[in-house]
Amino acid sequence: MAELTYRDAVAAGIAQEMERDERVVFLGEDVAHAGGVFKATVGLLDKFGEKRVRDCPISEQAILGAAMGAAMTGLRPIAEIMFSDFLAVCWDIVANEIAKSRYMTNGQVQMPLVIRTANGAGSRFGAQHSQSVENWAMMIPGIKVVAPAFPADVKGLIAAAVRDEDPVLIFEQKSLYPMKGEVPDGEHVDELGKARVLRRGKDCTIVALALMVHRALAAAEILEKEHGISCTVIDVRSLVPLDTVTILAEVAATGRLVTIEENPRLCGWGAEIASIIADECFWELDGPIIRITTPHIPLPSADRLEDNTIPSVERIVREISERID
Amino acid sequence: MDTSVKRKKTSGTTEDDIGRDIRLELFRMQLELRLCEKRAYDLFLQNLIKGTSHLSLGQEAIAAAFGVAMRPDDYTFCTYRGHAHTLARGASMTGVLGELMGRECGLLGGKGGSMHLTDVSKGAMGSYAIIGAHLPVAAGAAWSAQYRGTEQVAVCFFGDGTTNIGAFHEALNFSVVWKLPVIFVCENNLYMEYTPISAVTAVEHPAADRAAAYNLEKIVVDGNDADAMYRTATKYITRARKGGGPALIEAMTYRHSGHSRADPGKYRPEGELEKWLERDPIKIYRERLLGLGIVEATLTDIEGEVMQQVNEATEAAKASAPPSLDGIYQHVWADGGAAWRN
Repeated sequence: MAELTYRDAVAAGIAQEMERDERVVFLGEDVAHAGGVFKATVGLLDKFGEKRVRDCPISEQAILGAAMGAAMTGLRPIAEIMFSDFLAVCWDIVANEIAKSRYMTNGQVQMPLVIRTANGAGSRFGAQHSQSVENWAMMIPGIKVVAPAFPADVKGLIAAAVRDEDPVLIFEQKSLYPMKGEVPDGEHVDELGKARVLRRGKDCTIVALALMVHRALAAAEILEKEHGISCTVIDVRSLVPLDTVTILAEVAATGRLVTIEENPRLCGWGAEIASIIADECFWELDGPIIRITTPHIPLPSADRLEDNTIPSVERIVREISERID
Repeated sequence: MDTSVKRKKTSGTTEDDIGRDIRLELFRMQLELRLCEKRAYDLFLQNLIKGTSHLSLGQEAIAAAFGVAMRPDDYTFCTYRGHAHTLARGASMTGVLGELMGRECGLLGGKGGSMHLTDVSKGAMGSYAIIGAHLPVAAGAAWSAQYRGTEQVAVCFFGDGTTNIGAFHEALNFSVVWKLPVIFVCENNLYMEYTPISAVTAVEHPAADRAAAYNLEKIVVDGNDADAMYRTATKYITRARKGGGPALIEAMTYRHSGHSRADPGKYRPEGELEKWLERDPIKIYRERLLGLGIVEATLTDIEGEVMQQVNEATEAAKASAPPSLDGIYQHVWADGGAAWRN
């Protein structure tokens, strides 16, 4: 096992796949010569050359359109959208074209492509560079959606996404880029659509994603020590496909569900999970479902405001300890 | 180019740079596109086709010229006004009419409809119903061809209205910077849906006058002249195939019908349609072929064959069952299914 940062795991995952398969190409803004604005793709240009690692103009529709056209005709592109907020300027290509073309053509069109993007808060960039928009993607039929929380998952899920025949949107949490973690040596390929149980408790099941996984784990420690509440923590990892088997089983085991979401309240992914649990696991529940989300507001930028907007460890501890006895 | 409505004298012989065989092919293909499109209109009137439809009546010379000029493994990307471009790559008429009628035999099994005709096996890589979306996608296919070294070319058709959307400009800049083998073909039929393009555009030629901004040549062609279109198509396809990069071609034409099924085209000034009908590409071409010495019987034979082809396709599509309901949950994903959870 080597220790890598979340950021280095991005480059490691892309490099592993480019090494293996010549059809894999990588494009985006500032990704080649500059190594990415988050320095997550440093070294790829030197290793694979300008034919395969390409800087693009600030043209998100062109970037994703080009990735789509290439995927339809035999390549396996990885496209970077610098900030997930910018998906809004190329959402037609994602939601109308990439996601739907296979279905509309009755299976004629192939679409093996990956879109990577930096998502989420923690960098004080404000409402147009710090949003969590994974819920936008989750509601579009035809696109797979993953959001890794650990360096090993970054590498493994990028590899799995590149090898998948369907379009996959990977949300990297930008404040996790410096985080270090163990990454398996040698080839590492994960599986899409699998949640992971990170700890088991008996009083409630917390379902979290990306940065919120770390806050859920920290909160679970405090809840155990200071409030005598023991929590199961599930890292969802993949919103589409969704591992409802794991989530249903773990919620049934504790009788309580808590979702912790960085996306704003309305139509957050936790609402879908809550709906599934209410529908299929109602009689196993011992109390109401708890959703902890960012409020339904645009994200403010000042550190004090941002810290009091997205769910914090303190808020998670408070809400769970007040509502679960 | 002079876009006013008048006939131009064309020189040529049956054995010039185009030649008799290709001219007959161009004639036949224009007729196929015309008669199939007219049939689609008739089927609408009979309520056998539901939804919307955007006809290319009057614009056939452009699709036909490229259809004849392209290599079988080249890529076509077109818009929701794409029946002609899809047929021009060799998609079956039964598949096209069947899709319009929502039948099992449709190219897309009834899941796409008129605005999304696609036949990947023929290089018809899709009809796109969001204005401008397919220009970057065509650039991507061209990038793939360049990367794989296959000398394939992508041809992307769109209307004059598309030149005012961002994706048009993004795709042009991107394609020129990467020197991609892609030909962008603007079919300027003078109207952006219901509005004259001149009323909403800063330049006279909505595509060609923007070419200079992307370091491209200004190219305006008579889109109702199949020979002129064929020569232009061949020239720029050949150049792109050899690594010479993209071209932006503006083909002047006119649609004989309204924007879509819902539009009778009442916004057009009196007499405009009549003038353009005199410049009907098929009428022009027929007269030209006769002038070049091709005998009338050759043309009437072709006309009879194409009509029979359209009739047979119509009957086959009518006889086809509605699509199976199984299709609703098929092909969301590459595994053939629609599962979003385990």
